[in-house]
Amino acid sequence: MRYDVIIIGGGPAGLSAACAAWEAGCRSICVVERDRHLGGILNQCIHNGFGLHYFKEELTGPEYAERFIHMLRQTQADVRLDAMVLQATPEREVHLISPARGYEVLQGKAVILAMGCRERTRGALSIPGTRPAGVFTAGAAQRYLNLEGQMVGRRVVILGSGDIGLIMARRMTLEGAKVLACMEAMPHPGGLTRNIVQCLHDFHIPLYLSHTIVEIRGRTRVEQVTAAAVDQDRSPIPGTEMVFDCDTVLLSVGLIPENELSLQAGIEIDPRTNGPVVYENMETSIPGIFACGNVLHVHDLVDFVTAEAAQAGAEAAAYTASTETAAPLAVHAGHLVRYTVPQRLRAGRLKDGAVLSFRVSALCGKCRIQVHGSTGSLLASFPRERLAPGEMERIRLPKSILSGEGESITVSVEEDAAI
Amino acid sequence: MTEIICITCPRGCRLLAGASNGGVTVTGNRCPRGEAYGRSELLHPVRTVTSTAAIQGASISRLPVKTDRPIPKEQIFACMALIHTLRVQAPIAAGSILYENILGSGANLVAARTVEKAALPLQ
Repeated sequence: MRYDVIIIGGGPAGLSAACAAWEAGCRSICVVERDRHLGGILNQCIHNGFGLHYFKEELTGPEYAERFIHMLRQTQADVRLDAMVLQATPEREVHLISPARGYEVLQGKAVILAMGCRERTRGALSIPGTRPAGVFTAGAAQRYLNLEGQMVGRRVVILGSGDIGLIMARRMTLEGAKVLACMEAMPHPGGLTRNIVQCLHDFHIPLYLSHTIVEIRGRTRVEQVTAAAVDQDRSPIPGTEMVFDCDTVLLSVGLIPENELSLQAGIEIDPRTNGPVVYENMETSIPGIFACGNVLHVHDLVDFVTAEAAQAGAEAAAYTASTETAAPLAVHAGHLVRYTVPQRLRAGRLKDGAVLSFRVSALCGKCRIQVHGSTGSLLASFPRERLAPGEMERIRLPKSILSGEGESITVSVEEDAAI
Repeated sequence: MTEIICITCPRGCRLLAGASNGGVTVTGNRCPRGEAYGRSELLHPVRTVTSTAAIQGASISRLPVKTDRPIPKEQIFACMALIHTLRVQAPIAAGSILYENILGSGANLVAARTVEKAALPLQ
């Protein structure tokens, strides 16, 4: 089978990319999804707060997904459910396997990677102690509870203050569990402020910043955890230990873009985002292969995934091999900026400008986001009241300031001096 | 004055709300919704409840549900108890009312996902 655009993943990124590709005039689209339903992670995110930017109203995850599933049904895009992609080649062949059709190879003119991300697990953290049952990633517990109706425990300690952990603190509490504490190794929360308030404060769940779990004990099931304060190097401080009797530990300690297929295809990966390096049109280092959503970099809001994926979908629909000969403009992450997406801009291909997404490496008060050219000249400055590592930031650079800017631009954050 | 963090959107504005000659004043908000939230949070805090209910005859076992408007905070657990008693039959359309006027709050409990009747249901 041949398609103009093949999209790997039917979550929020894949759905938006498919709708945008159709909108852009593409009439040969296939979405491949490994689950039996479209919607991806949104199906288990039953809480509300989705869609404020995109739909200007507050929706739950399943409702947000349903809007796009409905839009996709209005198109003639093919959808393969229960179909697992095994390989995507640099020649844009997509190999997949499904109970309905067996082994298939689809050939795309363009391929969009929209595989999302995975959670970091206990193995990535090296928490000392025994290996009992009862240690879950927050997203796994969310899946058990919200899709399968199974409670994973009754007395819970949460490690990490990422949004999924916070949401699960509230969710487990509503279903009758006792959430004893949430531990965050960093001096600032990982998740959105609103989630600290409505998930922890509302239910009097204590948040211990600069604390971590130093031991998990239990024979067959978790029985106890020991937590301790940590110093600036995140090493536990002796004498600060606290013991919690609990049967469950939930981990909300970060997400990792799921790029097995990208690596296999030989796509260049940015070690800071763990996602593909992309150009201004969301195209990866392999021509005709695009990436968007959490497989590219971890987002905090689905609305931004939708916007980014819509761009990827439209660009993939219009894809023609680049004839640009000029070297691309590299976007460097400067002071207090952890990474930027896209990482490279081809000035000749920009339409009206470029949206740069990034995260800061530390909490910043009143500050300015600055963009400098390769000669050090200030190209643009954006004032902000506050920037937090847990929140993705976006700026729009007009095309006019980017043309003739040499080899690179640098995005940095300068804090205003305290008044 | 009471410091309140606005939860209306991800921005998380820090509001100051206080009673003043019969009314309520809210400062620190950057949109009208922030003012409304500050007022409500000071006088009578409300929250939207989201959960899941048992569903039969479908290819999934849990139906996401929500209150179609926020309910008083002190009614959250009573609302949860009510959700636990529900047994929904597929098919159901998103937005269908499952329970009217929960606990006299004026809010309805509605389905938050469209679920088809399955040829081979789970149970």
